[in-house]
Amino acid sequence: MTIDDIIQIPPYSLGKEEKERVLTERLMELTEYHRGNCPEYRAILNAMGYDSGSVRDYKDLPFLPVRLFKELSLRSIPQGEIVKTMTSSGTSGQAVSKIYLDRTTSANQQKAMVKIVSDFTGAGRMPMVILDCPSVAKDRKMFSARGAGILGFSIFGAKKIYALDDDMRLDVEGLMEFLERYKGQDILLFGFTFMVWQHFYKELVRLKGEGVVFDLSKGILIHGGGWKKLVSEAVEPEEFHRRLKDVCGLERIHDYYGMVEQTGCIYMQCEYGHLHASVFSDVIMRRPLDFSECGTGEKGIIQVVSVLPESYPGHSLLTEDEGILLGEDDCPCGRKGKYFKVAGRLKDAEIRGCSDTYATKFGERYDG
Amino acid sequence: MMGKEMMEALDSVSFLIGDRDTVAGMPCLPAREPFDGAVLDMLNDVSRFLMAGREAREYPDVVTFAFWIRRSSMLKLKERFGREDGNIRLGRGVAFHVAPSNVPVNFAYSLAAGLLTGNANIVRVPSKDFPQVRIIAGAFAEALGAGKNREMAGSVCLVRYGREKAVNDLFSSIADIRIIWGGDATVEEIRKSLLGPRAGEVTFADRFSLAVIDAGSYLDMDDREKVRTAEAFYNDTYLTDQNACTSPQLVAWLGNSSCIRAAKEEFWGQLHELVKKNYVFQPIQGVNKLTSGCLAAVGYAVAGIEEKAVEAERMAASNPEAEKRNACQPDGSGAADAAYGARIEPHADNLLVRIRIPRIMDGLMDLKDNSGYFFEYDCVDILELKDLCDDKRCQTISYIGNREMLMPLLMSGIRGIDRVVPVGKTMDFDLIWDGYDLYGRLTRIIAIE
Repeated sequence: MTIDDIIQIPPYSLGKEEKERVLTERLMELTEYHRGNCPEYRAILNAMGYDSGSVRDYKDLPFLPVRLFKELSLRSIPQGEIVKTMTSSGTSGQAVSKIYLDRTTSANQQKAMVKIVSDFTGAGRMPMVILDCPSVAKDRKMFSARGAGILGFSIFGAKKIYALDDDMRLDVEGLMEFLERYKGQDILLFGFTFMVWQHFYKELVRLKGEGVVFDLSKGILIHGGGWKKLVSEAVEPEEFHRRLKDVCGLERIHDYYGMVEQTGCIYMQCEYGHLHASVFSDVIMRRPLDFSECGTGEKGIIQVVSVLPESYPGHSLLTEDEGILLGEDDCPCGRKGKYFKVAGRLKDAEIRGCSDTYATKFGERYDG
Repeated sequence: MMGKEMMEALDSVSFLIGDRDTVAGMPCLPAREPFDGAVLDMLNDVSRFLMAGREAREYPDVVTFAFWIRRSSMLKLKERFGREDGNIRLGRGVAFHVAPSNVPVNFAYSLAAGLLTGNANIVRVPSKDFPQVRIIAGAFAEALGAGKNREMAGSVCLVRYGREKAVNDLFSSIADIRIIWGGDATVEEIRKSLLGPRAGEVTFADRFSLAVIDAGSYLDMDDREKVRTAEAFYNDTYLTDQNACTSPQLVAWLGNSSCIRAAKEEFWGQLHELVKKNYVFQPIQGVNKLTSGCLAAVGYAVAGIEEKAVEAERMAASNPEAEKRNACQPDGSGAADAAYGARIEPHADNLLVRIRIPRIMDGLMDLKDNSGYFFEYDCVDILELKDLCDDKRCQTISYIGNREMLMPLLMSGIRGIDRVVPVGKTMDFDLIWDGYDLYGRLTRIIAIE
């Protein structure tokens, strides 16, 4: 099956065995492709003693640690074919991932994302409120994770406004006007979890106290980027949902999990609070001690595989996140494939040694 | 003396032992001779308090320290260092020690060295609240509180503070000798604070180390010796997350290839059992080692491509008729790359990861990792290690076998290597450490003719 055929498959339609067959064929093909076209990748497979003959299914394929994309420039295309370079957002002084995209991979990322998101929002574009500031998506040559997320989701927006100004203040009048104009229609809201909480929710609460109330009962909020920054606020996902509903009637809220290293293949949260893997990608939870596969319900390091990456060897990656597989093919929402939850980021190692570490210099990682 | 402003810097300092008056009084204390009786008495008391405490005995590093400072051990040091030569030797005055933040008991050794050499000591202890620091500081406080040690009380300040430069400035300004542990970054930071013109300094920079094992000698050991060797190597490595400057990053094997193969299997197998039993594994460490392994693979591949390019040029030069190929293009054949490449040895789990390298490459030690990540090299000739040991960052060789096997290497003009010790002894502290004679550095001489 070619990638063009795979992209045509409805994203949550394949059962375990069928999906495994599709993934194994495509991912083995990608492994060989990158081995032939990315010298660094080839060197790594050689060092690992990789033997394609001993691969039974895609779970046996090697995986690269995501951090490698911060240390090395890994690509399987000539310089001239790069159309976009995506970067993870990091605080200054910190290395960022560099992901090189050509026309094909970039287009496929967008197609996959449209299929995935449409399954939750329905086909067709909607008026869209971006819960961020305009400047974050300005530099179109270097895409940060936040910018890339906004631009990626913008294709679902018919008319768009940024709800925040560049000082991260809510544009109350602009938003009021926008909602008035599209009254009665479904509205798509998109933002990063922490931004939504800090600069949108809190402001709505303040405004409500002053008697200014927004009605977002027709809204669909999609948010991602992780909960780490909300830990200090002690906000749990359930609480997040309840409080947003209280303040503005927003009920349809979908968290998603995704990363710049596998843009397009996002994992959307269903009505039952589960993150879902589409047919374009999969998660495998691995035990930290030996990287063997975890059972259902067991916490492990999340490996992600994706059928999309052709321009860079990122089709099989070990993240630094931990997750728990909840089940496969039997989520009450009716979607097939694995469903899971993310348990957070792996802790940095605390190690002894003569040489002092200056980790605090680099500040906190941003979960983009 | 010390201005009011300078003393204000002490507002951000917490004292585990001593106070601001102790600091102010230090420059006026009389100099002591090395191995002064009052010092040996006090250290022996500290040793006794530590040995008697139940809590201390739970920490092998505290016990080792307590053992080292007991009187009989100190008298042996005196015998080695304190030779009479007609001159008078005295402490330099005030010693300012900056201890490493990730090793709990290192501060205590630095302090003991300062005391033994007759100095008054200000020691910055790790900011992290290690129980070992609390226990040892407690024992010193107890010893100094006893009436008979009262004259020593002005000679010890244990302090804890952040990275405030004003504090570093103050302590540096009154120091006659400054001892900086903690590696390159800390040395750079502390050196921003000026020392007096006559003051000296000892700096412990970032280092790496290696082990050399004669496969035959290892195989000749009986089972009990092999078990002890595994424990010894564990103590050299995993006990400090293989991140001490003395911990070997690379293991070089000597002997014929079948011996080496057999020795490796047994050596690493024994070690792995021990690690499984004793080492506390942190989930991120597996990811770190995987990342390092990938980087090593790429590092060797890049170096290999460069080498092939050089080789091709050489061939083109010697044979101008030969068709000139672009040697920088990887030839695509996995086998040819593999011959130049590093190899991640198959491993049952992430506790112990070994990277077999085809040769010692420039910049190899920039690719090192810790917590059980070893480069491994089969050595035909000990002089193959020369380039690695010529690196000034190269510190300790620990060995198994006859140490004579190392002599050609040590005598080859290398600029690195400061210590050669049997496996298991890398962490044993001595007044000669990291290439410095601390006894000499921390004292001055009144020459008498």
